[in-house]
Amino acid sequence: MAAAVRRFLDSDLWFSFTRSPVTVVSAIVAAVCILGAVLAPWIAPHNPFDLASLNLSDAFKPPAWDEEGAREYLLGTDDQGRDVLSAIMYGARVSLLVGLSATIFATLLGVTLGLLAGYVGGALDSLLMRICDIQLTFPSILVALLVDGVVRAALPREVHDQIALFVVIFAIGISEWPKFARTVRGSTLVERNKEYVQAARVIGVPRGRIMVSHVLPNVIGPVLVVATLNLGLAILAEATLSFLGVGVPPTQPSLGTLIRIGNDFLFSGEWWITIFPGVALIAMVLSVNLLGDWLRDALNPKLR
Amino acid sequence: MFAFIISRILQSLPVLLAVALISFAMFAYVGDPVAIMLGQDYTQAQRDALVADLGLDKPFWVQFGTFVGNAVQGEFGLSYRLSRPVADLIAERAPATLELAFCAAGLALLVGVPMGVYTGLYRNSWLSRFFLTFSLIGVSLPTFLIGILLILVFAVWLGVLPSFGRGDTVRLGWWTTGFLTWTGVKALVLPAITLGLFQLTLIMRLVRAEMLEVLRTDYIKFARARGLPNRVVHFGHALKNTMVPVITIVGLQLGAIIAFAIVTETVFQWPGMGLLFIQSVGAADIPVMSAYLLLIALVFVTINLIVDLLYYAVDPRLRIGRGKGGH
Amino acid sequence: MSNTPPLLEVQNLRVEFPTRRGTLVALDDVSFSISPGEVLGVVGESGAGKSMTGAAIIGLLEPPGRIARGKILLNGKRIDNLRYEQMRRIRGKEIGAIFQDPLTTLNPLYTVGRQLAETMTTHLPIGPGEARKRAIEWLELVGIPAAAQRIDSYPHEFSGGMRQRVVIALALCAEPKLIVADEPTTALDVSIQAQVIALLKTLAREKGTAMMLVTHDMGVIAETADRVAVMYAGRIAEIGPVREVVKHANHPYSAGLMGSIPPLDRRVERLAQIDGAMPRLSAIPKGCAYNPRCPQVFDKCREMRPDLIDAGTTRAACWLFDTEVARG
Repeated sequence: MAAAVRRFLDSDLWFSFTRSPVTVVSAIVAAVCILGAVLAPWIAPHNPFDLASLNLSDAFKPPAWDEEGAREYLLGTDDQGRDVLSAIMYGARVSLLVGLSATIFATLLGVTLGLLAGYVGGALDSLLMRICDIQLTFPSILVALLVDGVVRAALPREVHDQIALFVVIFAIGISEWPKFARTVRGSTLVERNKEYVQAARVIGVPRGRIMVSHVLPNVIGPVLVVATLNLGLAILAEATLSFLGVGVPPTQPSLGTLIRIGNDFLFSGEWWITIFPGVALIAMVLSVNLLGDWLRDALNPKLR
Repeated sequence: MFAFIISRILQSLPVLLAVALISFAMFAYVGDPVAIMLGQDYTQAQRDALVADLGLDKPFWVQFGTFVGNAVQGEFGLSYRLSRPVADLIAERAPATLELAFCAAGLALLVGVPMGVYTGLYRNSWLSRFFLTFSLIGVSLPTFLIGILLILVFAVWLGVLPSFGRGDTVRLGWWTTGFLTWTGVKALVLPAITLGLFQLTLIMRLVRAEMLEVLRTDYIKFARARGLPNRVVHFGHALKNTMVPVITIVGLQLGAIIAFAIVTETVFQWPGMGLLFIQSVGAADIPVMSAYLLLIALVFVTINLIVDLLYYAVDPRLRIGRGKGGH
Repeated sequence: MSNTPPLLEVQNLRVEFPTRRGTLVALDDVSFSISPGEVLGVVGESGAGKSMTGAAIIGLLEPPGRIARGKILLNGKRIDNLRYEQMRRIRGKEIGAIFQDPLTTLNPLYTVGRQLAETMTTHLPIGPGEARKRAIEWLELVGIPAAAQRIDSYPHEFSGGMRQRVVIALALCAEPKLIVADEPTTALDVSIQAQVIALLKTLAREKGTAMMLVTHDMGVIAETADRVAVMYAGRIAEIGPVREVVKHANHPYSAGLMGSIPPLDRRVERLAQIDGAMPRLSAIPKGCAYNPRCPQVFDKCREMRPDLIDAGTTRAACWLFDTEVARG
C-alpha cells in the first residue's frame, strides 16, 4: 500500500496535478461538493424533508448576513421555511446520484456497443454508427427530453412517479451513449489489428473473451476521460430537465428543481432561494469539468 | 452544382425517414391514442369505427406511408392536450421561436467571430485574456441560469427590460413579428442573449483555436514572406482558411439554438415552439412531440445542406471534376 | 565579384530563444555577406541554424526567438531593427523567400493567379489587369504549360514540382534582388529536384538575383552555389568558394561533411562518417562547439572559441589555422 502511494506521488499524473493551481482548486471544490452531498443526512444543519421541523413562520428568511436573517439559516429559507443550505446539500445528492448513474449507464451501453461495432464490424457496425450519426445530429438534451416524454406517455402516471428517478437516468444515459461508442469503436478498430489480438485469435480464444479480456483493457483509457467530462454534462442535463419540470419528482428535489422552485420568488425579491442552488450547481459542474480537462491533457501529451 | 445538391438531398433522406419512423412509432404505439381521442365513455363499435377511420387496422407499412404522406402535407393530427390541429399550433408558435433563434444566432456570429479573430491575433493582450475568462463562464453556465441571472439583474433589480413574453406583436399575414414594436424589441433582448451566449462563446473559442492553428501554417508564413499587408494576411488568408471548420460547428450550433430555445422559452415564458414542446412532454402529448421531432429533423437536415453548399463555395478542393492537373 | 559592395551583410548575428529553462542561443556570432547576383550555399545538419539564419534575414523569426545582437544590412542599410510595417515593404519586394514544402506553402483557397497578382499589386505600381498579364508571363517563365489557362487553377490542381515552380514565381515576381531559398527541393521527388534547381539557377542568373540557398544536399550546393557557408551548432564553421570547400575543406567538420558524400567517379568501400551527434542548443560545449567530435582536437579547442580565421583558400573557425598555435 505504502509503495503504491509512493509510486502515485512519483507519477507524472500527480506531478502535473500539483503544477496546475486551477486543477488543485477544482479538486478541492469538487471534493467539498461531493462530500457535502454524500454526507448530507449527517452534516446538514436541518432536514428539509422532516415536515415536523418545518415552521412557516421561518419562511423567506434572507441569508444570515442580512439584517433580517437568522443565524441558524446560513443561506436563508424558502417559501416553506426550509433551510436553503440543507436543501442544497440534499439536492446535490440527487443531482450527483443521477449524474453518476446516467454516466455509468451511458458508459456501459456505449462501451459495449462500441466494442461490438469495432470488433465485429460489418452490418452491425454500419447500423450502430448510423444510429450514432443520427442521434449526434440532435443536441443530447433534446434526445433526453424526447425519451422522457415517450416513457411518460407509455407508463401510467402512478408507475411513472415511482420510477421517475430511473426514467431520468435512462433518458440522460440514452442521450449520451454515442460519444462513448464512437470513442471505443475508434480505438477498437486500431487494437483489433495488433499482434496480440491476432495471436489470441490464432490460438482459438473465443471472440467474446478476446473482446472483454484483451481489447477492452486497451481501449478503456480514453473512455475514462470522456466519462469524467460527461459527468459534468450529465449533471447539467439533469438540472435542465428538472428545471423544465420533467426531471426528478418534486418529492426528491435536485439542484435543478430547487432552482425552478426558487425562480417563482425571483420577482418578489427572494433571490437567494434560486441563486444559491445555482451557484452550487455551477461550482460542482465547473470543478468536475476542469478536472476532466486536466485529466484529458495529462493523459494525452499530444494534445498539449 | 445542381447534381451536388441533389445528391446531398438524397443522402439526407434516410435520416429524415429514420426520424419519421421513430416519430410514427411514438405516434402509433405509445399510449392508446384511440382511448385518448374517444374520451371516457365509448362503445366497442365506436372504437372499431375510429380505428378503421384512422386506418389503425391496416398493416404497419401502410400506416407509416399514410403518416409520411400526411406529414409531408403538414398534417399531424390533433393535440391530445389542446384538441386542436398540431399543424396550427406549430404555425402559431413558429414565428416567435424563429425570430428568437435568428436574433440569438446573429448575436453569436456577429460578436463571436470578431472576438475569436481578435483573441487569435492578439492572444496575449489583456482584452483577449478577459474574453477568454468570460467565455469559460459562458461555456460552463447552464442556459437557464444565465436567463435567471439576467432576469434578476435587468428585470428585477434594474427594472429596465421585461422578463417574460414577447411584448406587442404585429401580424403580417400568418406571421407575427415582435421586430416592429418597441416592447417587442425590448422583450427580445434578454432571451436572445440567454440563448446566444453559449453559442457566442463556443464560436469565439472555436474561431480563436482555428486562427491560432492557421496562423502557424506555412502558407501564412509565406504570405508574410511575400510582404502582404497584415490586413490581407489576417482577413484574406487566415480567416478564410478558418471558415471550413467554423462553418461546420456553427451550422450544428444554429440547429442547437432551435433546440435550446426550449430552455430559454421556458425561462422567459416565450410563446414559441419550445414552450409548446415542453408543455407537451409534461402532458405526454404525443402528436405534438412527434411533429416537433420531425420539424427539428427537417431544420437540421436543411442546415446540413446549407453547410455543405457553403463548403463548396469556400473550399475549391471539394469542387471535384474541375481539376486539370491533379497530383 | 568580391570587389563589389555586398548586397547583404550579416554581422555578428546572435539569435536567442528565451525558454523556461533559460535562454537558448540558436545563432551565435554569425557573419557573412552576399554580393549582388551571387549564390551563397548554406549547409549543415538539421538544427545547425541554417533556416534560422534565413528567417532572421527576412525578419520572420518564430516568437519567442529574437535577434539579441548583431546587424543585418541590405544595401548598406540596417534592416534587423525595422518596424514590422517597414520590414513588410522589404519582404517580397527586396528579399524574396522560397520555403521547403510547396504542398503547404500555397494558400489552398486562392488560385495561383490571385496569389501572384496580390503579391505584385502589393509591391509594384501596377493595376489588377497588368498584374494578371504578368502573372501569366511568370507562370510561363517558371515552365508551367498552358499558363494562360492554369492561372485560374487552385494549388491542389498542381503536382508538387509544379507547385514549387509557382512558389518560385511568387518569390521572384516583385523582382527582389535577393532570394532566401530554404531547402527548396527537399520535399520534392528526386527526379524533380534537378529541374527545380536548374530553373532557380537560370532565373537567378537572368534576373541578376542573388540567392541564399539553404540545403543539406551537397550535390545541389556544388552545382549551384558560388560560395558556401558550413554551419554547425548555430555558428559558421567555414566559409569560402564552393570549389575549395567541397574539394579541400579546411575545417575538420567540413572535411568530415564532404567525406560523407559518395563520389561518382570511383567506388569506395565505406563513406567517411562523423561520430556522435551535433550537440543540442542547451548543451553546447565550451570552446569550439565541434571539439567533442573533432579528430584533431587539442587543448585550446576545449577552452576558447575560435573566430573565423583565414585558412588560405577559405575562412574557417578552427584553431588549427591560428598562426600562434604551434601544431602538434
